[in-house]
Amino acid sequence: MNYELICGLETHIELATDTKIFCSCRPKFGAEPNTTCCPVCVGMPGTLPVLNEKVIKYAIMMGLAFGCEINLNSIMERKNYVYPDLPKAYQISQNSAPICIGGEVVLPNNRKIRIHHIHIEEDAGKIINKNGSIFVDYNRGGTPLIEIVSEPDIRSPEEAKEYIEKLQQTAKYLKISDGRMQEGSLRCDVNVSVRKIGDENFGTRVEIKNMNSITFIVNAIDYEFKRQVEILAEGKKIAQETRRYEEKLNQTQGMREKENVTNYRYFAEPDIRKVNLNKEFVEGIQRELPELPDLRIKRYKTLGISSKSAELIARYVRISDFLDETLKKCKNPNIAANFIIGTIFSHLNTEADKEEFKIPLNSNEFCYLIDLISKNEIDQNNAKQILIKSLEKKGSLKQLCDEFTKIKIDFDISSICEEAMSLNKQAILDYKNGTEKAFQAILGTVMKLTHGKANAEEAKKIVQEKIKNDKIFI
Amino acid sequence: MKSHRSIILKIHELLETKKISCVELIKKYLDEIKKNKFNAYITVTENEALNSAALVDKKISSGQEIKLLEGIPVSLKDVISTKGIRTTCGSRMLENYVPIYNATCWEILKNNGAILLGKNNQDEFAMGASNETSFFGPVKNPYDITKVPGGSTGGGAASVVGGLAAFSIGTDTGGSLRQPASFCGIVGLKPSYGSVSRYGIIPMASSFDQAGPLTLTVKDASIVYDAISKFDEKDSSSNSQARNLTYDSLDKDISGIRIGIPKEFMNGMNSEIISSIKNVIKTYENLGAKIDYFSLPEVKYAMSIYYVLMCAEASSNLGRFDGIRYGFRPKNYNNVEDLIIRSRSEGFGDEVKRRILLGTYILSSSYTNNFYKKAQELREFLTCAFASVFEEFDIILLPTTPTTAFGFDYAEDDPIKMYLADVCTVTANEIKIPAISIPCGFDKQNLPIGVQLFAPRFREDILLNAAYKYESENFCVKIVDGVNNLY
Repeated sequence: MNYELICGLETHIELATDTKIFCSCRPKFGAEPNTTCCPVCVGMPGTLPVLNEKVIKYAIMMGLAFGCEINLNSIMERKNYVYPDLPKAYQISQNSAPICIGGEVVLPNNRKIRIHHIHIEEDAGKIINKNGSIFVDYNRGGTPLIEIVSEPDIRSPEEAKEYIEKLQQTAKYLKISDGRMQEGSLRCDVNVSVRKIGDENFGTRVEIKNMNSITFIVNAIDYEFKRQVEILAEGKKIAQETRRYEEKLNQTQGMREKENVTNYRYFAEPDIRKVNLNKEFVEGIQRELPELPDLRIKRYKTLGISSKSAELIARYVRISDFLDETLKKCKNPNIAANFIIGTIFSHLNTEADKEEFKIPLNSNEFCYLIDLISKNEIDQNNAKQILIKSLEKKGSLKQLCDEFTKIKIDFDISSICEEAMSLNKQAILDYKNGTEKAFQAILGTVMKLTHGKANAEEAKKIVQEKIKNDKIFI
Repeated sequence: MKSHRSIILKIHELLETKKISCVELIKKYLDEIKKNKFNAYITVTENEALNSAALVDKKISSGQEIKLLEGIPVSLKDVISTKGIRTTCGSRMLENYVPIYNATCWEILKNNGAILLGKNNQDEFAMGASNETSFFGPVKNPYDITKVPGGSTGGGAASVVGGLAAFSIGTDTGGSLRQPASFCGIVGLKPSYGSVSRYGIIPMASSFDQAGPLTLTVKDASIVYDAISKFDEKDSSSNSQARNLTYDSLDKDISGIRIGIPKEFMNGMNSEIISSIKNVIKTYENLGAKIDYFSLPEVKYAMSIYYVLMCAEASSNLGRFDGIRYGFRPKNYNNVEDLIIRSRSEGFGDEVKRRILLGTYILSSSYTNNFYKKAQELREFLTCAFASVFEEFDIILLPTTPTTAFGFDYAEDDPIKMYLADVCTVTANEIKIPAISIPCGFDKQNLPIGVQLFAPRFREDILLNAAYKYESENFCVKIVDGVNNLY
């Protein structure tokens, strides 16, 4: 029997606002426990929340990016539950009137994953188990989050991956989040059910909580799909439950039985006024919305950049911004793109390095190099060596370029070639007798004599010419 | 005092003219407090008070001017957070809780130089109308120590009429300032919701709570109100508009003012109270007011709305007391869940538990539409209905309480009986308008009777003007004990 996967995601994205959602604390990843919190975010009796306006703005930006309808009259609500990392015993969130409604995420295969809604909420603290004791760190408490709730439109683990990557990439383009999954800035609750292909009704849904790695999410969905299909094939029923993904075993395991209706006792937060917005406010945000990745890729392609390169560059907003900066002054998009992908990418080893994009040169210098290539003053090979040197912080790119062109002017390539040929008489004979490799020895000497500054192509031509025309070496 | 009709002005004058030093003054109050006749205080801040008083004296002797509230002894209800001074909410749960920050209203008074004598006894987490639910024992009514002082701000009211503070700050969620003011024969002002910052006031029901002054006279209430009514960016419900200050318009002529009497509150009440209220109406007629009766049958829902919404909000507000970060924690527990259960079971008293259970039930998903949502809608309806009433009247006049001060254990077996003590007061909290209770006479047992006035939201100026004019005609505050008697 054939089954299909039905999957929906609840994606929490930490917003990169300067201050927390209801107080003026500045969250900092990796800070000493309980040092970035105040009476408000640890819920000391009598304190009151004041909603950070930036949080509303950022949520609206995300909504507009995916074509959501913006709710001009949304409200904050209390979600009541007891847990030691939740110091007020309620999370201030949204339920009945979230800020963004509807919208869709378009995957690379053009499939559309509908968004149910996007809401604003505060993050909780963290439980730390250590030496048999339980500690609570409230640093993360009150960090602003948006939760993007999809419809159950995802049909494969790969689509889940693409969907999350799209959200992550968009959040970075909007500069509303750093989207670092390893630091928990993006976390997912995954809802998985299966049904026979052709069935209209959904099967019983299982929720896998709190995942913060795309690989694990893909594995967990894969595992859960197979598990459920197996159960159904045996004629048994799926239990509605919350499961946890065990990384080491690559399995999901049951956590606690979930009631049919979760009882969070939602009600309107009396300490925060209704979030009443006007259309002009939303339109203003729409106008300021930056160019999003899909459009950027399109634009790169019209500039003659290959679609593979365009996609690769657009994946990292900082790298893409760097290219755009360069293109403001530089007339050769293709060379620039190739150098970014060929040389700069290989210098930035990890994904995190590419995200961070910390390089010791600016777009002006980069443009200077590309221009020299266009004017044929540096060949691609030397340009690459100079760029690597500069990336390794062995000098500023501009300086290295200038040194190179200066040395080149200082020597006469023709006489250097002659000198190299006189030092490699045997090699010339070998070359003439058909040993192609021998030619490299001559070029090697040219490079040695010019400290690598000679244009290899130029030298090659000169040497070949000299061998052909001049018999003196025979 | 008669010449000023304000103990604050009187003390200010005594201090400025050096007839008494601030330290002497504070010592007198502290000596009285130590006799502990009424169990009005939970914590007495003797050292801090004397130190602050010495600073005031230094200022006066060096010839500097002092502010109106400088050196004036005040007490605070124990839900108002005071940095470094324990704030118990009258509960075992917070018996040893010391806040790390000041409530805004206390911060303002402190900056104005008021001297804190201590923290008043009150019903546990402000839940009660008799001050019997306090973990620290009941407060006695200074008029008659066999009677309750009312609640939940019972300690504050007893302090003012018992001469243990020049004035006190309390809170009012459904009548918790006005009902004790009425039982103790003093003035209790509940400002409009949004007038006084709620920041730092440990909440019972966030959409109802409002802090205000308990004073001997209307002028005192006006002085304190004008000081503490300020926009606070830390409280999103704080009114950001300019305030209608009250002091300058206290003595304005009120002839032609339109006063409405709701028929619903003139029937079925204690007859002595009704005849006293009728005398108040006559006084206003003599002052040139236009009196008319009106009927608003929907006010019969006011009590139900209040107890549904208040319990719902309270159940959520009190969730944070789990024994983990602060507050009561049992000596032995098996795990985190057990710790939370035991902390709450042993830390909270019966009335608090009752309201948490009610509120949790009301908000649970199967009932929220029947109770919470319906009550919300009715609250909005009532707000609109009163808005039209205020098109016809400037002031609404009614009794503060259905009875005068009752004895202890009045509602021992029937909590509803106690809840009904709020019947005349809750509406003002529901529709967020300002209300004041002022003394207007005594019953046959010589217990004080209070009359209550309502005004439109943020019109404390009209409210206190009307109250002051009445008080000028019939001043019936008795200072039954303590230091306030000296003036």
